[in-house]
Amino acid sequence: MSAPPLQIEDLTMAYGPTVVQRDLNFDIKKGDIFIIMGGSGCGKSTLLKSMIGLIRPASGKILYKQRDIWDSEDDPSRSFLRSFGVLYQRGALWSARTLAENVALPLEEFSDYSPAEIQELVSLKLALVGLAGYENHLPAEISGGMQKRAALARAISLDPEILFFDEPSAGLDPITSRRLDDLILQLRDTLGATVVMVTHELASIFAIGSNGVFLDAESKTMIAQGAPREMQDNSDHPTVQEFLSRSLSEGQQNNEH
Amino acid sequence: MKESFKALLDDSNPKRSELIFSGNWQERSKTTARELLRELTVDHQIGAVVVINASKLSNWDSSFVALLYALILELEEKQIDCDLSNCDPGIVKLLELARAVPPKEKQTSKRNTILEIIGKRAIKFRKQSKDVLEFIGECAVATLRLFTGRSRVSRDDLLLILKESGPDALPIVTLISLLVGLILAFIGSIQLRQFGAQIYVADMVGIAMAREMAPIMVGVIMAGRTGAAFAAQLGTMQVNEEIDALRTLGLSPVDVLVMPRMVSLILMLPVLTLYGLAAGILGGSLVGFMALDVTFWQYIYRTWEAVQLVDMWIGLSKGFVFGILVAICGCYFGMKCGRNASSVGLAATSAVVSGIVCIVISDAVFAFVCNILEI
Repeated sequence: MSAPPLQIEDLTMAYGPTVVQRDLNFDIKKGDIFIIMGGSGCGKSTLLKSMIGLIRPASGKILYKQRDIWDSEDDPSRSFLRSFGVLYQRGALWSARTLAENVALPLEEFSDYSPAEIQELVSLKLALVGLAGYENHLPAEISGGMQKRAALARAISLDPEILFFDEPSAGLDPITSRRLDDLILQLRDTLGATVVMVTHELASIFAIGSNGVFLDAESKTMIAQGAPREMQDNSDHPTVQEFLSRSLSEGQQNNEH
Repeated sequence: MKESFKALLDDSNPKRSELIFSGNWQERSKTTARELLRELTVDHQIGAVVVINASKLSNWDSSFVALLYALILELEEKQIDCDLSNCDPGIVKLLELARAVPPKEKQTSKRNTILEIIGKRAIKFRKQSKDVLEFIGECAVATLRLFTGRSRVSRDDLLLILKESGPDALPIVTLISLLVGLILAFIGSIQLRQFGAQIYVADMVGIAMAREMAPIMVGVIMAGRTGAAFAAQLGTMQVNEEIDALRTLGLSPVDVLVMPRMVSLILMLPVLTLYGLAAGILGGSLVGFMALDVTFWQYIYRTWEAVQLVDMWIGLSKGFVFGILVAICGCYFGMKCGRNASSVGLAATSAVVSGIVCIVISDAVFAFVCNILEI
């Protein structure tokens, strides 16, 4: 078996003197849907931003295909970034451009396709996320769920090897976020991509997560690792148990009354 | 029934006192916790108990609970217990909820001394200067990339921004420049009429507009209009993670966002300056033939004689420099915007203020240099 595409080694992240997370060590295997879990403010999003080249870690390595993406003095090079697709928490579609232009921009920048081919690709990617016919809409003209999907179309425009999701279901109703989960699964299977996802949506974690880590805000490091189900069964850390069994304890409370 | 309370002392037990509330305690009870405390003649000793009896309350809302909460906190400080058993369960539950998490220790907000404030400002200033220089450097490198063809600006983006910062500004530039020309002519005519030299109003207005007023007024208008718009646009994009999205694509936000704005302002400001000059001269000529008996063509001829080509060049180069300054201020504050709504407002304000300050300072530098060169 080949080496995992993403490896995190002794990673420490900090804002100035304030350490956010330290000594993170984990591998993300090909085809995984890897969930980064943890309470609010524990550094999940910071970790994600380090992986996609936005925030330089204080120390440690983030290896993509065994090369450190933060190796050089400069910002991570374009060669890494074009293998990554990112879906931001709020979609982050470029608001001054139509959906088609949003999806087309990465293609125009990184590929040698002719304008006609790019048009076709854009139509395909938008159709894949169920937005065929919305090419000429501006992001502000469509609903929040559709914006997420359009952002997903942009994230997959370059057939990325790794897809990053920052709280994909934030602000979506249960049905819409469930459909988004299904879509993520299908895209993983058809594109053969690896998915890294920051979320605290329990339903998503158990429905699609195949592996993950749990970051803790108090001890400032990872306190559990593995498939979400196993974590729930095996981890004896109270925070992990409380987090993963939230729905259970709510049910118990309701029974008591 | 009006709100009222009564403090009772238990004769058999000096450590026990009772507070009886009755009536309607709704909507901002006038009583404060301190008043209640004053009424309580409890021995201020450890182990004292205050029984709160609210069984005779007809109505209450959270202002009553707030009063109790404040009272309990005060009593707690004196290590006096509270007995809430004669209260409505709703009140008890609310108080329990409020006291479930112990209050965070209040940070003593210590006042900064003057020296500390100066020191902090100095450190911040140093950091900001470094940021500004870095940004200017980035822009310079990006300009180089643009002209060597290693980065490109989207044509649609550029056209849109050109239109927004050029033609769209024409009405306000017309109005302001026309009025400035008019005002200059009026002021000048009062003095010049004393010597019967009204015709020289044209000289004065023409030269003043060409060298100073047109570029400055257009610069200020553009700082307020376009500089603020740039800062707000880029700031909102920062808030929406749109700039992050560009970065993760390996695209430089300076190439994609700052360059088209910079280019269009640098192109448009000198053009608008010329236009403002024309409008100003027109304004002056209005005063000429309405108040000074100078015909329009006489006025234009006089202006033509008076305004040298070098005056035009000075005005145009000022327009060029002001364009760079306004664009840098607008884009810098937009790019450095924080991640919330109020910081977008702050970015727009800072862009306008610093834009205008930069314009005035650089105008002073221009005046100095022109004086040395004797032009």
